[in-house]
Amino acid sequence: MSGNHHDRQQAGTESYAALRTKALEALLVEKGLITTDVIDTVVHAYEQDIGPLNGAKVVVRAWVDPAYKKRLLADGTAAIAELGFGGREGVDMVVLENTPTVHNVVVCTLCSCYPWPVLGLPPAWYKSYAYRSRVVREPRVVLREFGLELPASVEIRVWDSNSDMRYMVLPERPAGTEHMHEAELISLVTRDAMIGVAKVQAPAAVARG
Amino acid sequence: MAAEPDPRIANMDEQVALPRQNGELVFAAPWEARAFGLAVALNEAGVYPWRDFSQGLAAETAALEQHGVQVSYYERWLETLEKLAIARGLVTPEELEARTAAYAFGAHDDHTH
Repeated sequence: MSGNHHDRQQAGTESYAALRTKALEALLVEKGLITTDVIDTVVHAYEQDIGPLNGAKVVVRAWVDPAYKKRLLADGTAAIAELGFGGREGVDMVVLENTPTVHNVVVCTLCSCYPWPVLGLPPAWYKSYAYRSRVVREPRVVLREFGLELPASVEIRVWDSNSDMRYMVLPERPAGTEHMHEAELISLVTRDAMIGVAKVQAPAAVARG
Repeated sequence: MAAEPDPRIANMDEQVALPRQNGELVFAAPWEARAFGLAVALNEAGVYPWRDFSQGLAAETAALEQHGVQVSYYERWLETLEKLAIARGLVTPEELEARTAAYAFGAHDDHTH
């Protein structure tokens, strides 16, 4: 109960910001301008729906359910909507399957079109002029810079997004993950793998074994 | 209403873009998420257009940069939100000060739910 200096020191400015936020929220709620429920909903929506988590769920479902995968590759927009994901932009989603012989990578050469309902916020490099111009001309070199070395035998296909077509890559399921459950698999799928600048890696222990 | 993120908020310009990791939002402390939710919820309630907030945040960021002051993203966010709330007459600086002080001294912890 007795206030001690240690606490105050640890808390620092963040604690002050926390108090300010709490005060502002309380006042706005009391004035009837907002409810705590609405704030909860907003935070939840952005935390859950803005990241690549939705895309990872789509990928993993395709890995474990061959019928779903077939639907996903045939009509990306509809299959993604089956899982409850969709944008408000009304654009078509096309899902590209990576195989041992074909590697897909996505870009938007004109601006920064991005499948945000499934992949969340685009990374800064995706919007950079360097990536947009170079990945088309020299994809193999660009992918190597991302740390992805592909054998010469693998064909690289570059897909240019536009205002009514958004692409997402369906990466290969890594070897050694056969025993893993859907929830575990989801945590392996990264944003970069779904853009096509990385592969999905099996957990280190499994890969090494 | 907030079932889908608004791309205007999700994709703000680089200078004021939301902090993220692997595409997902990153909140260093719970208050950051509350401050984020407050600003977005007020926009969705039609209290102000998002442009007003993002421009305020950009101005706040530019001003601090000019003075060489390092302030975390969500502290700038909160500052922007407070200024906007005061400018729009939603709260007065006095009541905000008073309530903050009250919480600092442990009062008002039982606010109605």
